[in-house]
Amino acid sequence: MSDIRQFQTHPEVDVATESPLAYSLQRSGAPAITSTSQVILRERPCLGHLILRGGAIVLDEALREVLGLSLPSQPHGLNHDASGERSVQWLAPDEWLLIVPGGEEFSLESQLRDVLGDSHVSIVNVSGGQTVIDIEGEMARAVLMKSSHYDVHPSAFPVGKGVTTGFAKTSAILRRPSASRWELVIRRSFADYLYRWLLDAGEEYGIGVER
Amino acid sequence: MSQSAKQPNRLAAGGCVDRNHTLNFTFNGQAYTGHPGDTLASALLANGVDLVNRSFKYSRPRGIVAAGSEEPNAVVQLGASEAAQVPNVRATQQALYEGLVAHSTNGWPDVQKDLMGWIGKLGAPFMPPGFYYKTFMAPASMWMTYEKYIRKTAGLGRSPTETDPDIYDHMSQHCDVLVIGAGPAGLAAALASARAGARVILADEQEAMGGSLLDSRECLDDRPAGQWIADALAELERLENVTLLPRTTANGYHDHNFVTLHERRTEHLADSAPSIEGRRQPRSRLHRVRAGQVVLATGAHERPLVYANNDVPGNLLAGAVSTYIRRYGVIPGRRLVLTTSNDHAYRAALDWLDAGHDVVAIADARETPDGELVEQARARGIRIIPGSAVIEASGSKRVTGARIARIDREAFKVIGPVETLDCDTIASSGGYSPVIHLASHTGARPSWNETILGFVPNTVKGVAAAGGARGIYPLADVLADGADAGAKAAASQGFEAVFETTALPRVPAIREGEACALYQVPHEKTTLRAPKQFVDLQNDVTAAAIELATREGFESIEHVKRYTAMGFGTDQGKLGNINGMAIAARCLGRSIPEVGTTVFRPNYTPVTFGAVVGRHCRELFDPERYTAMHQWHVEQGAEFEDVGQWKRPWYYPRHVNGRLESMHEAVVRECRAVRERVGILDASTLGKIDIQGPDAREFLGRVYTNKWAKLAPGRVRYGLMCKDDGMVMDDGTTSCLGENHFLMTTTSGGAAAVLEWLEMWHQTEWPELDVYFTSVTDHWATMTVTGPEARKPLAEITDIDLDRESFKFMDWREGNVADVPARVFRISFTGELAFEINVQANYAMHVWKTLFEHGDKYGLTPYGTETMHVLRAEKGFIIAGQDTDGSVTPEDLGMYWAIGYDKPFPWIGKRALSRSDTRRTDRKQLVGLRPADPAVVLQEGAQIVFDPQQAIPMTMVGHVTSSYYSPTLESGFALAVVKGGHQRLGETVYLPMADGTIHEAEIVGTQFVDPEGERQNV
Amino acid sequence: MFYIYCPYCEEHREEEEFHPKGQAHLARPEDPDACSDEEWGDYLFFRNNPRGIHHEMWVHALGCRKFFNITRHTVTYEILETYKMGEQPTITAETEASRPAATASSTDDRVSTETKGAQGVQA
Repeated sequence: MSDIRQFQTHPEVDVATESPLAYSLQRSGAPAITSTSQVILRERPCLGHLILRGGAIVLDEALREVLGLSLPSQPHGLNHDASGERSVQWLAPDEWLLIVPGGEEFSLESQLRDVLGDSHVSIVNVSGGQTVIDIEGEMARAVLMKSSHYDVHPSAFPVGKGVTTGFAKTSAILRRPSASRWELVIRRSFADYLYRWLLDAGEEYGIGVER
Repeated sequence: MSQSAKQPNRLAAGGCVDRNHTLNFTFNGQAYTGHPGDTLASALLANGVDLVNRSFKYSRPRGIVAAGSEEPNAVVQLGASEAAQVPNVRATQQALYEGLVAHSTNGWPDVQKDLMGWIGKLGAPFMPPGFYYKTFMAPASMWMTYEKYIRKTAGLGRSPTETDPDIYDHMSQHCDVLVIGAGPAGLAAALASARAGARVILADEQEAMGGSLLDSRECLDDRPAGQWIADALAELERLENVTLLPRTTANGYHDHNFVTLHERRTEHLADSAPSIEGRRQPRSRLHRVRAGQVVLATGAHERPLVYANNDVPGNLLAGAVSTYIRRYGVIPGRRLVLTTSNDHAYRAALDWLDAGHDVVAIADARETPDGELVEQARARGIRIIPGSAVIEASGSKRVTGARIARIDREAFKVIGPVETLDCDTIASSGGYSPVIHLASHTGARPSWNETILGFVPNTVKGVAAAGGARGIYPLADVLADGADAGAKAAASQGFEAVFETTALPRVPAIREGEACALYQVPHEKTTLRAPKQFVDLQNDVTAAAIELATREGFESIEHVKRYTAMGFGTDQGKLGNINGMAIAARCLGRSIPEVGTTVFRPNYTPVTFGAVVGRHCRELFDPERYTAMHQWHVEQGAEFEDVGQWKRPWYYPRHVNGRLESMHEAVVRECRAVRERVGILDASTLGKIDIQGPDAREFLGRVYTNKWAKLAPGRVRYGLMCKDDGMVMDDGTTSCLGENHFLMTTTSGGAAAVLEWLEMWHQTEWPELDVYFTSVTDHWATMTVTGPEARKPLAEITDIDLDRESFKFMDWREGNVADVPARVFRISFTGELAFEINVQANYAMHVWKTLFEHGDKYGLTPYGTETMHVLRAEKGFIIAGQDTDGSVTPEDLGMYWAIGYDKPFPWIGKRALSRSDTRRTDRKQLVGLRPADPAVVLQEGAQIVFDPQQAIPMTMVGHVTSSYYSPTLESGFALAVVKGGHQRLGETVYLPMADGTIHEAEIVGTQFVDPEGERQNV
Repeated sequence: MFYIYCPYCEEHREEEEFHPKGQAHLARPEDPDACSDEEWGDYLFFRNNPRGIHHEMWVHALGCRKFFNITRHTVTYEILETYKMGEQPTITAETEASRPAATASSTDDRVSTETKGAQGVQA
């Protein structure tokens, strides 16, 4: 695979790391969670994010072999492995988002490329460019309705679904890994704007941030 | 007893107000009391306040006419403090709360003694339609003077001069069935849909749901209507698939069943939204609803009759009289005369009598009224005068009498003697108009229905009207029609819904006599000579004005509307439109359907700007995009520039001798640092696109103007991108990472558009090419270390060999920088030796700070976009979008070296370069300009002429695209496009400025510094 | 505010997720150099502006980023179908012209479909 230049982005020694929300948490603060908080936010920083592009069949085979995870073939599918730590989400008919524990992405990409051989696929590490925010609580859905035009009613947005859609004045990936938890996958450069947006939207529900 | 003394028109019993609690409020500075359950209008009437406003144009005294959103007069200014001011509030829609402060919106200096009243009296015959246009047109210079006073006396309120303390927001909603209006039809529809399992939203604009049932005299299942409403609402509230939105007006229907609902969440509680546990609550909320089906159960508005002086306070709609008595326990007067064309209005007289006051007479325009309500009135001894109508009201600030006469509707004349009856209230009813506004927003035109004497709506797919909104008025029929509409709406969304008549409440039918057509009532005098007969009370449009408009040649109802202002603005013709059309039809000798109706537009009632804006304001107005080093820039005191949505450091002013540098000083310092030692730029905002696939190289060759066939891994190339019209759209460098792997950079603002552009060509024209594009803009942070000493700080913290021979210009290398894996690109946008370092963004701050730890001793200076611009312009490097504007070809830029004329594939933009227009020799071409006076920095955008002596308007031959002061040249300099510029080097051009000065400049090459390009290669 | 069915996401999305890209089915000439200036100018600049059925290209910019085509009625704004890149429309001005009139309205008297602005009065 010398035709594609893979790149290990992680340093071998410990250096200071800043997630996309590092500045925001400092500047805008993190409101404490109280007994009346109806919405709770939590960043899951510095995970491994890979964008897979290619044919569904070859990618599915490779992913099964390497991670034991099957590729969602239907639009908006979101699959998790048994541990719940690794997920793969349909983004487009030839595009998926793979999220794994931070640091795994380089070796995972290598393993996938080994299995994929000469297949025409693209695997791109975007781990520095996005972050995940969990949204939980009884008014989580209300905050989403204030933020996105996408229908988040349980009948339209069951567990195991993920969509890329408009969010505030930008876009975000919205996922529902479990009945009680939503996930937003947002771009680094928009993270501060969206964090401030969420705090503002959640104010009336006593939003709190877990650090 | 003290209660009624304070509120002289409050009945001892009846209505839904809570007489055990008192609310204090002020209107025009006067203190009054009311009760929970009151609207501001009902409380004003309870207190006997007749005069609530002055009219818009004639400044006539006006009172409350209606009880709902159709109220044209009682439009008030709300708010106790300046910041809480809200204009344009209908008193009939405003719930009373403790401490409410309201003022009339018109009337200067005050509503009782109105200085402008003289216009209403003296000016009456002199203010025809078009009065302001005709009178104040000349001299034009005086308009500013007139305008100040006209604006002060007209208009519907003012906006606050202080910041609104409240917050507002938006909420997206989705449902199977949206039911608009919670009267009998809407409630029945919502129940039918909801019982079938559909997701239902039921929205109603009033304080309480129930619509016409709230003041109905009828019983459902032998119980008062209020009990049935309570049961229906309780059932709907229990259902999880139902969202009830009271105090919520559906203001606009938009394409594909998108409906905007304005929910007033706290307007009924206080001036400003109360905080709950210290948390601010939105004052109002705009729901953006995407509905599968829309059921319009918006009911009907009663039409007033148009008779002389029908605007004097004390003239009310018959239905409003019933509403005030039955719902609010308020009697708006003592002696009532009713003038009607139909049976239904008789309710007002019966309610009046039930409240214990005198009904003087009912003037019924029909010869032989005989319905059940008529018989009830007759049985109770009310005098009924058939074939007659009120032709004129007496009184100025309150009705003192009604002049009644026999009329011939067909011949439009008074045919009997006039009798004057002593009364203080005239209730009128000319029939009912279905509320077709939302249906009209769909674009479908309504049809005239001769049976109900009103326009009934047509709708588009997915929308249906029910009940009164489509001209069905008997209560039993309305309930059945609503249930049917609700069931059908649910069924169309895939829910099994059966329309069961047994599920409907039993309602005894009331036999009603046929209504007659009556709009404008004839007067003894002609329309033009009779006292004013108002059609549109809010816009002060009279029957005479409409007649005059038709005489002046306006035949289309749309033109009549614009000439007279009928149905304009916030009123949207709720009361007056049909009457106006009927009058126009009479004058033109046509039928109402021939004249047609005007188009209604959103919004149905005014929506506060706060709700329109929602939370997209202040610091959340627009996304701010930050780079990974943003915090550092902030801490260094950088000034920021907006580049697209990015916040980029513009320059970093320092404290020098106890004073903060000016921008000029900072930029000069930053430029010198780069040209003489070393500077650093946060270039993370550049768009970055990862391109993989065996056909990646072929693809690049097609979308870039230059050649890519031979770019080897490890090398970088500048690329220029055109549209197929041959005009430059973007540029940037692209690096070959592997044989099938490239990293493209784009301009900061062009990143998204370029990615979409690549995808478009791949997906639509060349799907056979095996290539994928993925944005990595946010993944990499980019820092440019540049200047003659750029190697020194970098060498201290990297394992990459920076030697000029092994790491050549336009090479890239991998290695560690500050222990972080990095890709380093030896490219230059400053003309100096430069290294562009890319690291994963989470480690960028560490690398950036480490560079400074090692760079301080070399004078490493952060520089911003302004310095970047000066340095690149000195080198003649363009900024796509600044030096180009969609009309500039690569040849116009003189960038022949970046054009692969002999590439095998006809790349995007190539063919256009040989069109006759692009071959013109007098095209505007990019050149440099040196001002004759080195102290002059030309204005960007300044126009260029060859001959400053020519007559104005001069022939403009180009303009300045970039212009700065160069510390290196110690002079201003500019880039510009000039017609035939490439052949004009050395010529002098002139730049005439707005203040009369004319700058002189010489056309020069675009490379002002180091034209041989040696410095980037040290 | 259109509600657009994305044939790749297989569901309706709000208009703000899409970018319109103009007339559909415009093929770039195979050999641009063989085109006259006029032919090339037509390809670049001249577009249909029909009253009625129109085929447009859109991209699901905030979603799957796929390009696709829409058959839209330019008077009613009704979107009659959307189809993937490479596919042909099933509804065209020709198929509409050969259709018997008013089949669109259902038998339900409460749902009438009238052409938007058919009487021409708009302002």
